[in-house]
Amino acid sequence: MEKIDATGMHFKELNSLVRRSGHKEVTILNCIGQRYIGTALKTGSITVEGTPGNALGAYLDGGHILVKGNCQDAVGDTMNDGEIIVHGNAGDALGYAMRGGKIFVRGNSGYRTGVHMKEYKDKKPVIIVGGTSGSFLGEYLAGGVIVVLNLNGETLCTGKFTGTGMHGGKIFLRTENGSILPDLPPQASVRESTEEDMAEIRTDLERYLSVFRIEREKLFSGRFWTVTPNAKNPYTRLYTAD
Amino acid sequence: MKKEGEIRIPSGCAISGIFSKSDRKIGGEDIIRSIAVMHDRSNGLGGGFAGYGIYPQYKDFYAFHVFYENRDAKKECEAILESLYDIINLSKIPVRKIPEITDEPLIWRYFVTPLPSKLADSQLDEREFVVRSVFRVNITVRGAYIFSSGKNMGVFKGVGFPEDIGRFYRLEEYEADCFTAHGRYPTNTPGWWGGAHPFALLDYSVVHNGEISSYDANRRAIEVHGYKCTLQTDTEVITYIFDYLNRRIGLSFREIASVIAAPFWQTIEKMEPEERQIHEYLRNAFESQLITGPFSILVGFEGGLMALNDRLKLRSMVVGEKEDRVYIASEESAIRVIEPAPDRVWSPKGGEPVIFEKKADKEENHAVDFRLSRI
Repeated sequence: MEKIDATGMHFKELNSLVRRSGHKEVTILNCIGQRYIGTALKTGSITVEGTPGNALGAYLDGGHILVKGNCQDAVGDTMNDGEIIVHGNAGDALGYAMRGGKIFVRGNSGYRTGVHMKEYKDKKPVIIVGGTSGSFLGEYLAGGVIVVLNLNGETLCTGKFTGTGMHGGKIFLRTENGSILPDLPPQASVRESTEEDMAEIRTDLERYLSVFRIEREKLFSGRFWTVTPNAKNPYTRLYTAD
Repeated sequence: MKKEGEIRIPSGCAISGIFSKSDRKIGGEDIIRSIAVMHDRSNGLGGGFAGYGIYPQYKDFYAFHVFYENRDAKKECEAILESLYDIINLSKIPVRKIPEITDEPLIWRYFVTPLPSKLADSQLDEREFVVRSVFRVNITVRGAYIFSSGKNMGVFKGVGFPEDIGRFYRLEEYEADCFTAHGRYPTNTPGWWGGAHPFALLDYSVVHNGEISSYDANRRAIEVHGYKCTLQTDTEVITYIFDYLNRRIGLSFREIASVIAAPFWQTIEKMEPEERQIHEYLRNAFESQLITGPFSILVGFEGGLMALNDRLKLRSMVVGEKEDRVYIASEESAIRVIEPAPDRVWSPKGGEPVIFEKKADKEENHAVDFRLSRI
């Protein structure tokens, strides 16, 4: 295990040190806003203490990234494979255009979580958020799975305009006593999750529970809902009508 | 090189602000450290700061900060100022020569108060008098630009990275109740000292990350009311919209947010009748002040600081709170570098104004929970 103190370090220097470590196990200490950490990492793992900058794990291609605190914007941008685990919150555009791999966030995520995610054959990206997400969750979703667990039982698990422009993939929303489902645009429709839906995410949920040490009973005490594209009405003019 | 106002080049940027809810002042060093973390969001073509409560010894006088390209411009501007104002103090703004900052204009500061006879003759209220004379200088005196004109506040800006601009202006020698900062990545204009942020008029100052697509519609609408946009930068027009809606029309900052980042009609339709009526009125009455396109802004004003994102939240913004301090920045790292353990860190929603004001009533001293539902 190699440790790198990022205090006062520019991202170029930090990232070249990380690459030079031979892609095994690296811990970055005192991280403060350095961007592009773990870009296109194929193997090995990076642990981040502090606050990593934007585009953490962009193009990640099999490597493993663990963040002990909060992240900023565009975590896992165009990620292809591997795993990103965030113990705090994530910013806007989490998993932007993601095409494979898994992102697990213990806290909340910002606006446009999973915007433009896609899948192809065995490549199927997964994002699981433990708290709530911001507006435009799964905007233009083309494939893959986004799960918002709302483990703190907030009234609404997402903001507005969930699934706007969605034309593929699935969004899972969890409700507890008192929490309600968000209004959905005409492009999306919602049903209570079927056995078949749940089977699709069971392995990832189990992994999520073990990573963050969450009780199974807690998770399954809520109800799960599945949002899918509405084939009847694929597009409306959100941006031009106003 | 063509200047601001002569060319429009089709920006990333960084913003940061610190606000003190108590009497405990903020040192200039802190805001420099915060904005410096986001160095890579700007490209060295503009940086700047606004500080509030920095001139307590002259708090009843308007502080004019002025750029001059040459001595003739200075002479001509001073002739106008002397004809309208009692100038109680004038000096060069103290700067530090550093290799990173070059080709600076002449930078002067005047503490002034309108001559009572001139003010009475004008039949204007004092603040309108000041605004008109600022525009008179900026429009008619070639090579002179008044870039700061509020009381007990001042803007410090120029071409360079913001942390260098801060050192250039010896910002560590100032203590403020509120600081805002900007690192510029100009996209539409070439980058000139006057075009750096903050933009200010009276005590209103704006730093902005984004690029508004309604610029020309907003510009045409505001120029009808006597403002003149001389620099083609969208932040200038935002500043004038705030002055117009707050000082002249009398809207509150929260109402202004509902004008410039108005909820979509489809969101308004779902509101309770009373709330819907307010929003319908604001959208209809001030249609031309609706700002579209991505923005995150910090607006400084006397005794307060407001943060606002565009309604779709196409730019990032994070708020951190720790005891009597509030931190707002484009990135969380810019907060944690000066306050590693905030009590609370959160992101405002799109179109949801976050307003902090210094008031005697301590109950008011936290972010106002805007009850109107937003995007």
